[in-house]
Amino acid sequence: MAKNTTDVRRYPGFFSFTILCLFLLYTPLIIVTIYSFNDSKSITTWGGFSFRWYQDIFYGLEAAKFKTAAWNSISIALMAGITATVIATSAAIGMIRGEPFKGKSLSFGLINLPLMVPEIVSAVATLIFFSAIGFTRGYMSILLAHIVFCIPFAYLPIAARLEGIEKSYEEAAIDLYATRWKAFTKVLMPLMAPGILSGFLLAFIISLDDFIITNFVKGAGVETLPTAIFGSVKQGIKPNIMALSTLMLLVSIFFVSLSYLINKLGERTGDKQS
Amino acid sequence: MTDSSPLALEVSHAVKIYGALPNAVKALNDVSIDVANNEFFTLLGPSGCGKTTLLRMIAGFETITEGSIRLFGENIENLPANKRPVNTVFQQYALFPHMTVLQNVAFGLTMLGKSDREANGIATRMLDMVQLGEFSNRKPTQLSGGQQQRVALARALAPSPKLLLLDEPLSALDLKLRHAMRVELKQIQEELGITFIFVTHDQEEALTMSDRIAVMSNGELQQIGTGREIYEEPKNKFVADFIGETNLLTTQVESIQGANAVCVVGNHTPLECASAGGISIGDTGIISIRPERITLTKPGSDATGSNLTGTVKRFIYLGTDTQCMVELDDGTEIHVRVQNAHDSATDFDVGERASIKIDQGAARLLVN
Ligand SMILES: Nc1ncnc2c1ncn2[C@@H]1O[C@H](COP(=O)(O)OP(=O)(O)OP(=O)(O)O)[C@@H](O)[C@H]1O
Ligand SMILES: [Mg+2]
Repeated sequence: MAKNTTDVRRYPGFFSFTILCLFLLYTPLIIVTIYSFNDSKSITTWGGFSFRWYQDIFYGLEAAKFKTAAWNSISIALMAGITATVIATSAAIGMIRGEPFKGKSLSFGLINLPLMVPEIVSAVATLIFFSAIGFTRGYMSILLAHIVFCIPFAYLPIAARLEGIEKSYEEAAIDLYATRWKAFTKVLMPLMAPGILSGFLLAFIISLDDFIITNFVKGAGVETLPTAIFGSVKQGIKPNIMALSTLMLLVSIFFVSLSYLINKLGERTGDKQS
Repeated sequence: MTDSSPLALEVSHAVKIYGALPNAVKALNDVSIDVANNEFFTLLGPSGCGKTTLLRMIAGFETITEGSIRLFGENIENLPANKRPVNTVFQQYALFPHMTVLQNVAFGLTMLGKSDREANGIATRMLDMVQLGEFSNRKPTQLSGGQQQRVALARALAPSPKLLLLDEPLSALDLKLRHAMRVELKQIQEELGITFIFVTHDQEEALTMSDRIAVMSNGELQQIGTGREIYEEPKNKFVADFIGETNLLTTQVESIQGANAVCVVGNHTPLECASAGGISIGDTGIISIRPERITLTKPGSDATGSNLTGTVKRFIYLGTDTQCMVELDDGTEIHVRVQNAHDSATDFDVGERASIKIDQGAARLLVN
């Protein structure tokens, strides 16, 4: 790295500004994490280290509620993630490998619109749509809504990966007597795998963490983890929520890092031949 | 294949237009080639002349706008790429990075429905043929460029195609390796008896390997012939200029003697030129003379009768030979090549007058 004067790191105040941003971003998370190990009923005074709130989530008063919520969250995230990934993969192949068609950029915009629209707008719109068609709110309505808003998150890494794969691999497969399907399963899919996996993980985590849309479209009685936590907090913040939040934070960090690593790994072992 | 002498490939009046009308590109214009069985046939031309387009049409990756393509007498226009008994060696090799070298080579055989054992057996033999037997369990990215090139060749040859297409397969290799691969490719082709269609923009490569060469320019066929034919009897200015080095002099036909035309060059010196016929007195044209077929002598020292003279301008040392620039008396400049083996030929000083002798039959008149 040549040290030139336009390097942003040399601007005055850059360092302190960075520290301030990191501080604002991470202090709350760090405090929550630390206090989740607090051996006290108070959420502000430190009463020694313990795992009691972690025990409380699994065996305490709200354990049953959290358990169903967690099951709902994970099963919805899995199904929504998988479905969104399948749709996003087909969309990416159609958009990138297909012949140019009228409205291609419009389609691209439509696929990625949910990334741009404020989530509250999507939430209200989805709610109105479901009531308009008389769709019963509950598990299925959450799942459907999640599939839809997960698609762009799955699409982006998949499309990025596909764009880096030269067309000649599929042509070589077809040249060597593979059918279109075989060329896809034997050559294109394995090459796209890192992008597909990372798209799935991203969709999974986005679904797992979603609150606003879920809160709007869920029926009474059906909770996911974020809505269950919100419901709990409304009656006052108890330390067990911090423990639960810390666990979710861990899961998120794990999946996001996994997605990132897979992408990195794919780049290195990927298609780039000299 | 009941035909006694089937042509491996017949492309007739092929036209290829990319895109729709407002910005359509005519990549091929009325191209016809016939390739005999077991021939090493080369498509040669500058960048953008349509070589890849023609190859991709034969492989089945591009549709043909007009005209027809026949493979051993059979019209293959409606045959999809994966049903044509034609394999391609891609320019960037396109080896499957997630498969081992052996799996790459066996891929085509597996897709043809061969059992894994049989496919691997043939693939192993192919890898031995290109001397890469010991690398079969490596991934393509763990091979050098030259080794990847051989794997690509083995992969394309493994299913025993009737026709092998090679799109500038040597262009990514360094000079030494490229020269070695030329010889090897030619040997493999002769050994297996498979018809090769080889694309290159390197005329030397084309001359060293090919049985016949098709010279293309701007989507049009310029000339088809053996290396010797296109080098020694170029049909037009483009071919003469593109293949090897040449001197091009504009001229006018003075008189006609049989198949030869007498033209004037330099300071009204008559020069007998071979021509393809179809010329008449007064026509303007271009004379092509290869620089190695011109010799310089001291003025008045020989009696061969040429009175074309000029002034030596510059010498450029090129290793095996020396290039000499001579200005004719009318101001046109010509190049002369002299082998460095006998140094007497470069025994001139810059600025010295020289008498210029052109070999019998070395001058060719090109009308277009
Ligand atoms: N898919 C395409 N769409 C539109 N035009 C194309 C397409 N492919 C090629 N062309 C045009 O057709 C012409 C011939 O291209 P082609 O790739 O056949 O050239 P080439 O002889 O192989 O050149 P090179 O030596 O650079 O590979 C070029 O003018 C090119 O721009
Ligand atoms: Mg090309």
